[in-house]
This record gives sequence, C-alpha cells and structure tokens, in this order.
Amino acid sequence: MIKQFSIVMISLFLTAPAMAAGGDVELQKRDWSFSGPFGTFDKASMQRGFQAYREVCAGCHGMKLIAFRNFADLGYNNDEIKAIAAEYEVQDGPNDDGEMFMRPGIAADRIPSPYANDNAARASNNGALPPDLSLIAKARGNGPDYLFSLLAGYKDAPGGTTVPDGMYYNAAYPGHLIAMPQPLYGEDVTYSGDADDSIEGISSDLVQFLMWAAEPKMEVRKRIGVAAVFFLGIFVVVSYMAKRRVWADVH
Amino acid sequence: MAESDTNKNPAKEDVQEPGRRDFIVVATYAMAGLGAAAVAWPLIDQLNPAADTLALANIEVDISKIAVGQSITVKWRGKPVFIRHRTADEIVRANATDLDDLRDPQIDTARAEKPEYLVLVGVCTHLGCVPLGQKTGEVRGDYDGWFCPCHGSHYDTSGRIRKGPAPTNLEVPPYNFLSDSVVRIG
Amino acid sequence: MSANQFKSPVVRWIDHRLPVFSMLHHTAHDYPTPKNLNYMWNFGSLAGLSLAIMIVTGIVLAMSYTAHVDYAFDSVERIMRDVNHGWMIRYIHMNTASFFFIVIYLHMFRGLYYGSYKAPRELLWMLGVVIFLLMMATAFMGYVLPWGQMSFWGATVITNLFSAIPYVGESIVTLLWGGFSVDNATLNRFFSLHYLMPFVIAGVVVLHIVALHRFGSNNPIGIDTKGPQDTISFHPYYTIKDVFGIAVFLLLLAMVVFFFPNAMGHPDNYIPANAMQTPAHIVPEWYFLPFYAILRAVPDKLGGVLLMFGAIAVLFILPWLDRSPVRSARFRPLFRIFFWLFFVNAIALGYLGGKPAEGIYVILSRVATAWYFLHFLAILPILSMFEITKPLPKSISEPVLKGNSKRAGPLGAGLEPAE
Repeated sequence: MIKQFSIVMISLFLTAPAMAAGGDVELQKRDWSFSGPFGTFDKASMQRGFQAYREVCAGCHGMKLIAFRNFADLGYNNDEIKAIAAEYEVQDGPNDDGEMFMRPGIAADRIPSPYANDNAARASNNGALPPDLSLIAKARGNGPDYLFSLLAGYKDAPGGTTVPDGMYYNAAYPGHLIAMPQPLYGEDVTYSGDADDSIEGISSDLVQFLMWAAEPKMEVRKRIGVAAVFFLGIFVVVSYMAKRRVWADVH
Repeated sequence: MAESDTNKNPAKEDVQEPGRRDFIVVATYAMAGLGAAAVAWPLIDQLNPAADTLALANIEVDISKIAVGQSITVKWRGKPVFIRHRTADEIVRANATDLDDLRDPQIDTARAEKPEYLVLVGVCTHLGCVPLGQKTGEVRGDYDGWFCPCHGSHYDTSGRIRKGPAPTNLEVPPYNFLSDSVVRIG
Repeated sequence: MSANQFKSPVVRWIDHRLPVFSMLHHTAHDYPTPKNLNYMWNFGSLAGLSLAIMIVTGIVLAMSYTAHVDYAFDSVERIMRDVNHGWMIRYIHMNTASFFFIVIYLHMFRGLYYGSYKAPRELLWMLGVVIFLLMMATAFMGYVLPWGQMSFWGATVITNLFSAIPYVGESIVTLLWGGFSVDNATLNRFFSLHYLMPFVIAGVVVLHIVALHRFGSNNPIGIDTKGPQDTISFHPYYTIKDVFGIAVFLLLLAMVVFFFPNAMGHPDNYIPANAMQTPAHIVPEWYFLPFYAILRAVPDKLGGVLLMFGAIAVLFILPWLDRSPVRSARFRPLFRIFFWLFFVNAIALGYLGGKPAEGIYVILSRVATAWYFLHFLAILPILSMFEITKPLPKSISEPVLKGNSKRAGPLGAGLEPAE
C-alpha cells in the first residue's frame, strides 16, 4: 500500500510543473554541462556569456543580484575582478554636501542596472519592461532550454499572423509576440580565440552565464547531494539490517 | 487499556538477547550520530558573517587628496577609521614623547608604517564613543590629537592615550599601502 | 512509574523531583505497542520529524529574512547566495514542507483505511484534523513570505475568498489585509503568525499523542489488543523501525533537496511580486490543489468557499458517518473498493486543481467534488448499515501464529502467547 501511495504521489508532483507549462511553443532541448547529478558549469562559456551580456543585453537588462566578487566562480582572480568592477560607475553617497555621486565600482558592488527604476525602463522601451536577468533561468519553466529557444527563436511570422508595430514574432515565446527585438544575428560578440559566435554559440554561452547567475551554488549543491545520497543510501541499508536483527525474535 | 508488561516483553540487558548490542545496531546509531553532526554544522556556521559582509572586510582608500594637516574618516567593518595626513611638527612631537609618560607605551614608528599617514580606528578605548578632532575647528584635546567628549580622554598626535579614563591607545587596524596613493585597510 | 530503576544517581535525583525520565520511559521505551503494525504506521513519527526540521530550519532562516515588501524577496536571495549554507537551509525548509504534507496525507489515508478514527479514538482523529488545518494555515502564510508573484497573488486570491461571507465579508477581508490590498501590513502579520503556528501545532501534537496513548495504537486488523501476547515494547522494536523509516524519508528528501529542489514549486515565484500584473495561471502549492479544485467547482463564490471548508469539516464528523463496528478495511471488502475509489478521486481532484478552469476540466472537477462528498455523506453511512463484513480473527496473535496475517481465518487453535 505504501508503494502505491508513494509512486503515485511522487510522480504526480514531478510532472506537475510540466503539466503547468502549455501552449504550442517550440522548445529546443539541449544537453547542458550543468544538467544531471554531476553537472558542472563551463567556466570558459560563462566568461563568454558575461561578455555577451555586457555587450548585447546590459543596455536594457539589469542583473542586480550579482556582485562583481561573485565572478570568482567564473574563474577570474581578484585583480581581474577589481579591473572589471572598475570599468563600471556606481552610485554612492550622500557625501558631506548631501549629494549622491558616481565612483568606479569595487568587488563588493553589485552590477548597476541600466535604468534607475521600472518606470524609467518602461519609458525607454515603449512601455515594455525588460526584466532583470539575475533569476530568469529559474523564473521560467524549463529555464535553460526556454532561454536558448527564445534567443534562437526569431523567425518570420507564419502566414496569416499579424505582427503589430513594436512587436516581433518568436517561436518560443508564449503567445509568440514579444516586445524585444531580435538581439542576436551571429557574430554579435567578438570572442577571443575561435569560440563559436553564431546565434547558437552565443545563446549557449548566455544560458550558461544566466543559469549560473540564477543559482551560483548549483555545483556545491550537487556535490554535497552526491555525498548525502550516498551516505543516506548506506544508512537505509544498515538501518534496515538493524531492524531485521532486532525484530528477529518476533518474526 | 494498554497494559504495561515486564514479563512477556523481551528484557533488555540482563538476558542474552541477540540484537540489542549487535554490531549492526550500534553501526546504525553511530551513523545517525554522524549524520546529526553533519547537519548541525551548517546550522551553526550560518551564524558566521555572510559573503556580502565578508566582502566589506577590507576597503581600499584613496589618500592622495588629503592635504597635509587634514584628516578623513572612512567606514570599515561598521566602525569609523581616522586617516590623518600629519604635519612635520606633529610627527616630531609624536617621536619626542618619553615612553614613561605613556599609560600604554608604544613608539610612534610602531603605530605608523609611513610617518606622514596615521591610520587609527576611531573608537575610544574607554567605552566606545567616537573621539573629536577629525574636522577643522573640532576640539583636539590637550595633546593636539583627539579628544573624547564622553568621559574626557585625550589622545596625542600618535593616537596614544595621555589623559582621561581610556586604558589603551587608539587601535591601529591592519593596513598596508598598495601604492603611494592607496591604502588597503583590513 | 516510580518502579523504574535508573542506574545513574543524577538521573534518579532529577526524576524523583521531576519525573521526566520516568515519563519518557513509560511513553517511548516500555510502552506496549501492537506487534503487528505495518509500515503505514511509520508516518506519525515522520510527521513529527518533519515538524522538527521545519522549526529548526525556519528559526535559522528567520535570522536572515526581512519581512518588508521592499526587502523580502532580496533577503531570500541573499540567503540563497551570501549566507553560509543558506541555499541548503532554504531548500530544506521549502521541500520539507511538501514532504510534511505527503507524510500527513499518507498518515490520514492510513487512518481512513484501517478505521483509526473509530471509537474510542474519535478525539484523536479530530485533533489530527485540527493539526491538518493548522498546517494548511502555516504553509499558506509561509508561501507568502518570499514575496514572489505566486506568493502575492495566491495571498490575494485566498484572502479575497472571505469577501464571500454575506454582510461582513468585505470588512473581514480588510481586517485580514490591514489595508486595501495585500501589502506590507499583511506580509508582516503573516510572518509573525507563521513563526507562531508551528509551536501551536507542536502543542496540539502533544495532545494528539496523549490521546493516542489513552487506548494505544490501532493496528492493521483493527482488533483491540487483548493482553501482553499481542504487544511488544516500543523500544527497541519500533524505535529501530522508525529509524529505518526516517532513513528512507531522509534519502528521498535529500534526493529532492539536492537534485530537484524546485520541482514542487512554481517558477513564477522567482519573479518579484507585482501588484499590477497577474500571472497567467495562479496555482497554489500542490498540497492545496484538491481543495482548490473543490473551491472552483462551484459556480457560486460563497458556495465554493463553503464547500471547500466543508471538505475539511466532513473529516471532523467522520467517526459519526462511518459507524461500522468493523474497523479495518481488511475485513470490509466493499468499503475497500470505495476507499480506493476515493483515493483515486482525491488524486484526480489534485490534478484538476492545477488545470485552468476551462472546458472539460470544469465538468470533471464537479464530478470529482460530488464524489468526494458522496463518499463521506452517503456511501460510508450506507456501507456501515448494510455491508457484510468478513469474519474477524479472535486476536492479533492468532493470525500471526497461523503465519498469514492477511487472510481473516476464522477460529483456529487456542491462543498461545507469543514468545
């Protein structure tokens, strides 16, 4: 009886999120290096993703939960982090005159957002609000696949679909009409070395970076998880054997 | 009504009953203890400073704009830090002090890596007020350093206690000069 | 009780003045328990463990959480990113909440199947329903605290339900909100109450266990224990069995926490709350889905609210709806069929609660809701009057001696005490 209960219950809520996502959106499923119980982030790809974010996305999208000191996860050392931070201007203050002022960033600062607030963002984007990307990979069902499909999903609208002014057709976006113009066309970012700079290549790098940004602790989580499941697996066996031993005289 | 029974239930230690102190049972409880300790540690460690707090454990300060004779105050680990660009006269007086006159004897060169710049934690060692003397026009006390208005402690041009209830000199935080114009505190 | 001889003089000194050791010994050590309990009896201790985990992780989280609309969401992200091991404590807290409900539902279904709610355990059952209600309130308020989109809109939808009450409904909602919509006042009071309720639950759990110990546990064949031959001491038999159960529970919990931590949640709650924009589909957490389905099944707002609360109220009066003198479904073949139908229907209600209220889902929800109430209000009373049950064994020890405790053999050889 227990088995029946458990199997039904567990399979029910593991499929619940999939059941909730709907529509006829096209989702391209990819193999991500961070998938699975032993998944890890691809540091080189994340660095390229950060570069792509800075050059393509940061004009409209903030990432205010990420601090420059977090970039140690991407493989940058302290001096590199200081240098990256110093390229940004952040607001500080008030000074002794009571005024706010701008100063170069330090490692402890968070990435400054392009707009002072949501209203300013909407005013500059025809009323649409470009979301902050810190958590976007967790804030959408099937996050990584969805984001990849979205970036690569701009195509001509199928016959019969009217696309209003200021909107664009996207195969992966729910409802298919998105306010963001196509951000990538290929070769949008000049990578050092011979990394793939096609739409797929850049999108893949961005997804690595964004997945890390949404959950920087993922690698630690999976590492501890392997140890915990291993330990508990043994504990299940040992405790069962102990139970049978103690109950031997009753059975 | 459930009855208590000591006859039928297998006894514990006094009868040769297999299964009580068996290795496998002991192993189970040992693993449980290990597991409990493994769980307890993160719950205690989370009390320690978080990453964003640790990120502000040290700061870098540009001291190039401090004119001779001027002081600035910066915040470090939630406390004020005084950085004074001392005049030649202040340095001479700090060095000329007889150590016997000091409640907490320390020579000036032990308190300043570069004599022109004094870096001190601006918290009175008596009961924790912030001494005066940073801003132009503020009282500096009888020894021309700092004066704590709460209970009347006087510090000299090296930040050492000269008069009043404070027991020790103003604390010198860990610091080093990254260049002639930047000092890293902490 | 004072007959207990402890070896340590320190323990004896304390126990003489405050008999806590004697009490523990009587309650959890020597305590006579039916010898034939199966694993469906593990869920009580697992529920207690879940409560303990929730309280410990919750108190720790509260050290870093800020209950203000401008800071709540970011404070949770700070826990996830900056606080040492914060991500783990947070994921454990939110997933153990789900596991708590899994365990409690299995615990309740055990009670339904084996007739644990029947005399003399009616009050034990009702205390359990009280705990269930408190759990639902605690979980509801807890989900609001991260201040994501689902937090905010779930709070808005559920608190708005009370406006269905005639005459005073609107005033009650304003009172609950502390304002004209779900806002900072609401969040603050939800934090205070969410911190408080688990301790109220703990208190009711103590009453629940006291009530349990009055007559002892029920057992799979539903027959009262007749004497020491039918029982064994709680320690070491059920302590080690509970340890095994806990091991399995923790293994499953670890698999979810470390590898699928967001599987039972909703992605929209990683979007900060926005009062100006409603998510496409507002869904409560999965453990509320059956009741959500019942709520939406009724086209009338007040009717839906009444029926949703009625679904829990009907649990309270269950001991008086099912009056069959036979407790366990093992000896009630017809009841057993309807029990499984009810179980499937409950799963269906949960599934339908997560679907949009459109098309065929509406009809199915109404059928499933009707069946839910039909089961309690019609089927059970009728069954208890007319069902022909299988013959009961004479005692617990008897089928065990026969070697096959599933079949209800009639008499059999005389009662021999178990060794």
